Amino acid sequence: MTTPLTTAAATDAGAPAGPATTPGTGPSTHRAAGRTASARGRRKPPQTPLNPRPSIPLTLVTGLVLVYTLLPLAWLFINATKDQKSLLNSFGLWFAGDVNLWDNIVRTLTYDDGVFVRWLLNTLLYVVVGAGGATVLAVLGGYALAKYDFPGRKAVFAVVIGAVAVPGTALAVPTFLMFSTMGLTNTPWAVIIPSLISPFGLYLMWVFAAEAVPTELLEAARIDGSGEVRTFFTVALPLLMPGTVTVLLFSMVATWNNYFLPLIMIKDPDWYPLTLGLNAWNAQAQTAGGEPVFDLIITGSLLTIVPIVAAFLLLQRYWQSGLAAGSVKE
Amino acid sequence: MTLLSTRATAAPPPRARARLRFRKEAFVGWGFVGPFVAVFALVFLAPIGYAIYLSLFQNRLIGGTSFVGLDNYGEALTDPRFWDGLTRVGMFLLVQVPVMLGIALLVALAIDSGRLYGKTFFRVSVFLPYAVPAVVASLIWGFMYGTQFGLVGNINEALGVTLPNPLSPSLALASIGNIVTWEFVGYNMLIFYSALKVVPSSLYEAAAIDGAGEWRVVWSIKLPAIRSAVVIATIFSIIGSFQLFNEPSILQKLAPNAITSDFTPNLYTYSLSFAGQQHNYAATVAIVMGVITAIIAYAVQLRGMRKG
Repeated sequence: MTTPLTTAAATDAGAPAGPATTPGTGPSTHRAAGRTASARGRRKPPQTPLNPRPSIPLTLVTGLVLVYTLLPLAWLFINATKDQKSLLNSFGLWFAGDVNLWDNIVRTLTYDDGVFVRWLLNTLLYVVVGAGGATVLAVLGGYALAKYDFPGRKAVFAVVIGAVAVPGTALAVPTFLMFSTMGLTNTPWAVIIPSLISPFGLYLMWVFAAEAVPTELLEAARIDGSGEVRTFFTVALPLLMPGTVTVLLFSMVATWNNYFLPLIMIKDPDWYPLTLGLNAWNAQAQTAGGEPVFDLIITGSLLTIVPIVAAFLLLQRYWQSGLAAGSVKE
Repeated sequence: MTLLSTRATAAPPPRARARLRFRKEAFVGWGFVGPFVAVFALVFLAPIGYAIYLSLFQNRLIGGTSFVGLDNYGEALTDPRFWDGLTRVGMFLLVQVPVMLGIALLVALAIDSGRLYGKTFFRVSVFLPYAVPAVVASLIWGFMYGTQFGLVGNINEALGVTLPNPLSPSLALASIGNIVTWEFVGYNMLIFYSALKVVPSSLYEAAAIDGAGEWRVVWSIKLPAIRSAVVIATIFSIIGSFQLFNEPSILQKLAPNAITSDFTPNLYTYSLSFAGQQHNYAATVAIVMGVITAIIAYAVQLRGMRKG
């Protein structure tokens, strides 16, 4: 943070008349940049617009969006600390006198013979098998599409990419009827099997494998006598790891947050994931005569988002790289 | 042996190499992609085929199941309840998608400008709602909308005013739009921001040398550079709008009068199928919706790419 740098950036920003001189300089700018950058390098650090001085007004204005995105989460946390009575009586955006968070958590976990814990375990099952399986299939498939030339390769790719545009919910009714005749509805399989396919994951792995795994390296492994499967595990897979974690994260969030699929497939509350369970509590609370368990819904909601928010915060660089790969390519 | 000699002759054309190993490659390639394709066929292709099959039949109380050709499609295209829902998601799309993408774009540009204090905090916090399940997002906002113990109720009480009920029939769609915007604004922001980050810095240096101001840089360098990201985000948002289901379905319990069973085409399909047992007609409505979505997404893509 040297002074010349920041002042230069400030004057640059404060001169909206500047653009008048720029029209028509498009193609020539590349050459100019290369020349002057090297010439300037000797005298002082380049005055890039890449590290300008932070601006308080801009931070405040963008801060409005920040308030918008964080406010509901703050509301959730604050109200998870209240008991049923102060939930109804106290102001929503501030704490009531006593903090009942721990008590609320205990009651959420033990309500109705601990059905919430059961839903949590179901969700974990769907996430581990569904999202884990989706990742395995996407990594294998993306690697094959990127690194092998086989008949039907283009067709596979075209069909799968076309499928991204098919509204998932349009498939729900026929999938339900199919699974129903196969006797799969109301079992964990009805949620797990459709979760195994992630067209976006396949696409991401294809883009990623094409760039991260050099074909020469695979050739070299083959010359050394390594079989295709061994080459995949020892040479390709380590290079594919960042993409794999990204796909795993996206699939995990999709499975953890899934609502529509279990809604149509699962009727038995014993197989509900957390999302359906919370929805059922809400339905119960809204029904005349039903026990109004708003405090449990709110605390349960908080417990539902904590693991996934934690996973996201810990592994955030993978999100970034995944979205970058998805948005840059075509 | 062949592999060795290929290597020895130093880089033959890749085509020739591919032909030598073609049979083996085909075998191994399909081995790797096979599991995906098999499950994909089961959960994507088979249901589509089955839906088309179902849409050609009708199941009547008297007479049982009979082949009716395209009758169901005729019925769907003249069904006022279907058009009602379609018009609603159309309106939703025209307002919510531009607002959401506009905010996402402004935040992405603000973070990318490097002029924010705590830009990492901004990036993470704005993205955070994406990790929140639609169920939880709808419940939080639904409670906050509440005139009893929600924020709206708090404000009414504190200020002695009567704000319009966000879950009344006239405002329910806007309230849902707000929830969807909240959930996905950060996701779209991150797509735009990722695209902005790969703009070569030499372009910015050149612009600075030419004396281009910050707005000029945004208009002439940044926006054109992320054009394809904007097109992709638009397409995904359009698909999402047409599929609108989770939020209205959950809010239905809080506002049964405002959110009817045909509020969106997907809600209509769902209630036809699971409340009304009209599976054939539900499949038809789902197919019509899928085709409309695909056509519009494709049109946006063509238009978006042509100008680029």
